[in-house]
Amino acid sequence: MGANAGFIIAAYGVVAIVVGLLVAWVAIDFRKQKRALAELEARGITRRAAR
Amino acid sequence: MSEALKAILVRDLKLALRAGGGAGIGVMFFLAVVVITPFAIGPDMKLLARVGAAELWIGALLASLLGLDRIFAADQEDGSLDLLLMASLPLTLVAAAKGAAHWCATGLPLVVAAPLLGLLLGLEPTALGAAALTLLVGTPALTFLGLVGASLSVMLPRAGMLVAVLVLPLAIPVLIFGVAATEAASRGELFSAPFRLLLALSLFFLVLGPVAAAAALRHARD
Amino acid sequence: MPLIDLANPHRFMQLARVLIPAFAALATGLVAFGFYLGFRAPADALQGEAARIMYIHVPSAWLALGIYTLMAIAALGTLVWRHPLADVAGKAAAPIGAAFCLMCLLTGMLWGRPMWGAYWVWDARLTSVLVLFLLYLGVLALWRATDDPLRAGRAAAILTLVGFINVPIVKFSVDWWNTLHQPASVFRLDGPTIHPDILTPLLVSASGFAALFVALLLAAMRNEILRRRVQTLTLLAAAKGG
Repeated sequence: MGANAGFIIAAYGVVAIVVGLLVAWVAIDFRKQKRALAELEARGITRRAAR
Repeated sequence: MSEALKAILVRDLKLALRAGGGAGIGVMFFLAVVVITPFAIGPDMKLLARVGAAELWIGALLASLLGLDRIFAADQEDGSLDLLLMASLPLTLVAAAKGAAHWCATGLPLVVAAPLLGLLLGLEPTALGAAALTLLVGTPALTFLGLVGASLSVMLPRAGMLVAVLVLPLAIPVLIFGVAATEAASRGELFSAPFRLLLALSLFFLVLGPVAAAAALRHARD
Repeated sequence: MPLIDLANPHRFMQLARVLIPAFAALATGLVAFGFYLGFRAPADALQGEAARIMYIHVPSAWLALGIYTLMAIAALGTLVWRHPLADVAGKAAAPIGAAFCLMCLLTGMLWGRPMWGAYWVWDARLTSVLVLFLLYLGVLALWRATDDPLRAGRAAAILTLVGFINVPIVKFSVDWWNTLHQPASVFRLDGPTIHPDILTPLLVSASGFAALFVALLLAAMRNEILRRRVQTLTLLAAAKGG
């Protein structure tokens, strides 16, 4: 790929890292909220619609 | 109705000029920014004169941003903001009146101080006049743009300094055209393209500022 | 299924469960295909190998601006039409848009170095994207300025709209400023003119990124809806003394 291979790899690496972080953020947040909801449900607190 | 608006304007002016009103802080900050510049970049008058116009504008911009949260803060604290919101006056005009008062109290002093501070930076007489004139035309843009930030800080009481940072990117065009207009005017061309663009920006924000501020205040009430 | 159904959070959650994986798969496929096409194009159609960075730099720029536009529409939804999911969309989109903006800046810097010798230049395009990034940061900061999501939502909506209205002004002034201060320069960070061999991979990559954005947005919106449910229930629990 030539002398500039380093920059190309770095650029695509940056994209991979940023996108990876976004995906991780979304996934981790999802699990966190689900867990919190499960906890609340275990304590008997539910939404009216769910009842 | 215009009687009421005039009353708001006068009241705000009086409050600002009183002790604790904050009218002088802007100018002092302006002075501070201009004074520390040579300590940072060295006392070479030629260099300072080259960046003089820019320095004055940066100082004026920062000084304007500094006083923003005061526009509505005092009224919010003592409850008169609620009264204004409940009154039958159009909120947009109320915001405009308060903005005008704020500009008279904090913007205008910057315009007056600029030529004096310009001397510290080694600007030529024509440049001094140019700076004053362009700031006169440009500081309203900063004030009325800042009105948006000020009204947001009413919605979010702990926002404070954040608001100045939010408004800063929006003020970049004013800075660009302001400095360019100053430099064009010091070369003798008064109504240059940047000057007219600066004037256009002031007129534009004169409208957008109060409209957005009124919207924010209305939602703050909910 | 009328669009109005999307206004119902419950219905939205059902749709999200299907749409998120669908768009994620679409994104992966498009991006992979786009990159494959891009690297297959001969190097002399571009200005050297490093221009392959364009396949990520240009779509990031398009997305960064497009997402901000979407946020402005969502802001109108919050303030004018009072759509229940509008502020959720705005809040979810902001960090994603900021990330794309950051990607655009970083890839631009990594492209500039081999092509024109400097990591950063204050040219019109990069500077405009930098200011856009500041606008994103402002909106993000505003969302974090208070606990009340509704208040933060309205404030963020107003700031987004004011920022959006100013984007053309900022772009114009930055372009103008750049021509004013431009020395006789060899820089044209606009990049090479779009050769047809490059156009297809570029558009495919861009569509892939757009699909990725949709998947991330729906997922983030779902999380936000769940988060608000948790908040409400927690308050309910506290009220019950539980």
